[in-house]
Amino acid sequence: MAAQFDLKNDGVVVIIGSGAGGGTLGNELAQKGIDVVILEAGARHEYEDFINDEWDSFTQLAWKDKRTTSGDWRVAKDFPNLPAWIVKSVGGSTTHWAGASLRFQEHEFKTLTTYGKVKGANLLDWPVTLAEMEPYYAKAEAKMGVTGTNNWPRLPGNNNFKVLKAGADKLGYKECHTGNMAINSVERDDRNSCQQTGFCFQGCKWGAKWSTLYTEIPKGEATGHLEVRPNSMAIKINHDASGKVTGVVYADKDGKLQEQKARVVAVAGNSIESPRLLLNSESSKFPRGLANSSGQVGRNYMRHTTGSVYAVFDKPVHMYRGTTMAGIIRDEARHDPSRGFVGGYEMETLSLGLPFMAAFLNPGGWGRSFATALDHYDHMAGLWIVGEDMPREENRITLHKDEKDEHGMPIADVHFDDHPNDTAMRDHAYKQGQALYAAVGATRTFPTPPYPSTHNLGTNRMSEKPADGVVNKHGQTHDIKNLFVSDGSQFTTGGAENPTLTIVSLAIRQADYIAAQMSAKSI
Amino acid sequence: MVTIYERKPHERKLSLSRRELLKRGGAGALLIISGSAVISPEHAWGLETSALKPETMATLIQVARDIYPHDQVPDKYYAIAVKGHDETAAKDPAHKELIEKGIADLDKKAGKGGYRGLGWEEQRVALLKEIEKTPFFQAVRGGLVVSLYNQKEVWPIFGYEGESFSKGGYIARGFNDIEWL
Repeated sequence: MAAQFDLKNDGVVVIIGSGAGGGTLGNELAQKGIDVVILEAGARHEYEDFINDEWDSFTQLAWKDKRTTSGDWRVAKDFPNLPAWIVKSVGGSTTHWAGASLRFQEHEFKTLTTYGKVKGANLLDWPVTLAEMEPYYAKAEAKMGVTGTNNWPRLPGNNNFKVLKAGADKLGYKECHTGNMAINSVERDDRNSCQQTGFCFQGCKWGAKWSTLYTEIPKGEATGHLEVRPNSMAIKINHDASGKVTGVVYADKDGKLQEQKARVVAVAGNSIESPRLLLNSESSKFPRGLANSSGQVGRNYMRHTTGSVYAVFDKPVHMYRGTTMAGIIRDEARHDPSRGFVGGYEMETLSLGLPFMAAFLNPGGWGRSFATALDHYDHMAGLWIVGEDMPREENRITLHKDEKDEHGMPIADVHFDDHPNDTAMRDHAYKQGQALYAAVGATRTFPTPPYPSTHNLGTNRMSEKPADGVVNKHGQTHDIKNLFVSDGSQFTTGGAENPTLTIVSLAIRQADYIAAQMSAKSI
Repeated sequence: MVTIYERKPHERKLSLSRRELLKRGGAGALLIISGSAVISPEHAWGLETSALKPETMATLIQVARDIYPHDQVPDKYYAIAVKGHDETAAKDPAHKELIEKGIADLDKKAGKGGYRGLGWEEQRVALLKEIEKTPFFQAVRGGLVVSLYNQKEVWPIFGYEGESFSKGGYIARGFNDIEWL
C-alpha cells in the first residue's frame, strides 16, 4: 500500500524526480524501510495509457516547458526552445528511453589519465573505478532484465538490425549484435516479453521495457515506505542556519506552493532541471546556489556526440517494425586517437516513424531533395551515433535573466558549443555509417544532425576534490551532507554508452550509502 | 499543372458541371474556386474558407506541394494540411495578413498569371527560395511538417503502418521479414 506522508514529517527522504535515478533510489531506500517521498513534476500515466503515435505521445509525455538555447550546436537553431527530448511524467525518461544498457569501459572512468589534457575540455577522472562499479552494474542488470546478461537471451534482430549486421560484416566489424537491452526477451518479473511493436520511445504498452513506472515505483509503494506525489514541481530547496537542507518547496497540482520537510534531499530531475533547482535555491548563506562553492553547478553540460545515418535502398526494409534500438556495433567505442579524436562511439539501430522522420531528418529542409528521401520511407534503414563528448566549463545550464515559468521560477538556458573533438568524432561516424550502408547497396545516405538531447549529463559532476565538482563518489554534495544528486548530472564524463544503466547502478550504490549514513546518524 | 476556373463571389452556386469542365479542357486535376470554397470535383472534395480568400487558399495548396512535393500524394491532403491557416486567420488578424500578404507577394513576383500561373515547379521553387527566410514562408513550412506528415491517411502512401500495439506488434507480422540481404 502506497504511503502518504505529512508535509511536516521531517524524517523522510525527499527525492525530486521519479526516473532512472530517483525512481530506483526511492525503491531501494523503501526496501530498506526508509520513508521516501518522491516529488514528480509530471502526471502519472500507466503503461496502458501510452500512445502508439509520435506526436500524441510527445504531447502526453515530453517535458515541453519552455527553455532557451545558445551556442553553436545545431539544436539551438533547429529547436531553439526544445534543447532536450526528455520526459515529464511518473517514471521520467525511463518511459521514453530505448533500453540500451551498456557498462562504461574501464578507461572511461579515467579520461584525464587516459586521454591526457585536451585543450578546451574540462576532463577529470571519476572518483570511482569500473572495479568499484561492477557489483552495482551486476545488480542493475539483474533488476532491469538486461539481455545478454544473467543467461537472458538477446532479442531477435529486426529488419533494421539485419541491414546493420550485413553492413557491419562487409566493413569487417566484429562486435555487432542485438545489444544489451533492458527489454524482456522472455517473460520475467511479472512482465511481458517484447512483442516487436516498435514505438519504444513512446512508452512500452506491453511493459516489456524496464521503466521505474511499473517496476521500481510499485515495488517501493508495496513496502508502505514510498509515496510518489505527481504534478509536484520542485521550486526551491530550503536549509537551516547550519547549512543543512530541511525541506523542498514545490508547486502542487493546483499550482499552490507547499513545503515538504525532509531529513535528506536527493535531486534527480535530469541534467537541466537538477542544476536549475540548485541554482534557484540561492540564499544569503549560499548566494551562488546550493552546493555550488566550486562554481561547477550547471557547468560541463554534456549531451553525447550524436547524429544519425539513414540510408535508402532499392528494396523495402520497414525499419520501424520491431524493437527500435536492438542492434549495436561496438568496434568504434574504443579509445584510439589514431582516428583523430579521443574517446569512442557506439552505432545503434534507430528508426523514427514518418511524422518524426519529417521533423528530424533535416530540420528546416524542403523541396525535392527532402521530399524524395521521405518518398522512400519504407526502403530506409537507420542508425544512431552515440559517442563521448568533451566536458566544457562554458557548456552550461543557467537561469534565464528575464523569463520565468508559470510558478515564477526562472526558466533554464542551455548553452552548448561543440568541441573540435566532438565534431571530428561525428564526422568519422558519419563516414563509417554511410560506408556501412553503401556496402549493402544503399542508393542514397543521409548524415542526419543531432536531435534534441536525450542524454543530458554532467551538470553536477562527481569529483574527488570539492573544488573540481559538485558531488563526491556517492553523489553526496561536497558542501551539504544531507543533500544528494542522483541522476546523470553526477557524471564526471559521459562515456560512449547510453547512460541509464550507469545512473541505475549509481542509485543502487547511493541507497546503500544513504542508509548507512542515516543509521550512523551522520545525516 | 493545375487549371483553375475562377468564379466571382456573387455567383453562389458552382454551376460548372463536370461535363462542362472537361469541355473547357480541364483534364486531370482541377481546382475550382467558387464563392468561398476551393473545390476538386474530379476527386470529390471541397474546402470552404472562412477568413482567407479562396484564391489564396488555392495558391497555398500549390505552395505546400512545392515545399514538400510528393507526386503520389493527392491535393486533398495538402489542402487539409494548410486549412489550419484559415482557422488561425479567422481568430488572428495578424496571421490573416501574414498569409494574404505572403501570397500576394508571391503572385506579384510571379508576374502576369500569378504564382499558380507558373507552369514549372522549378519556376515556382525559385520564387520560394527568394522568400525562404521570411516569417511567411517559415510559418507555412513549419506548420506543414506536422500538418502534412501527421495525417494518418497519408501514412500508407509512404509505406508507414502507424499504430501496431492493437495488432499485437510485429512479432508475427514481419519484424524480420527482409529477404534481399
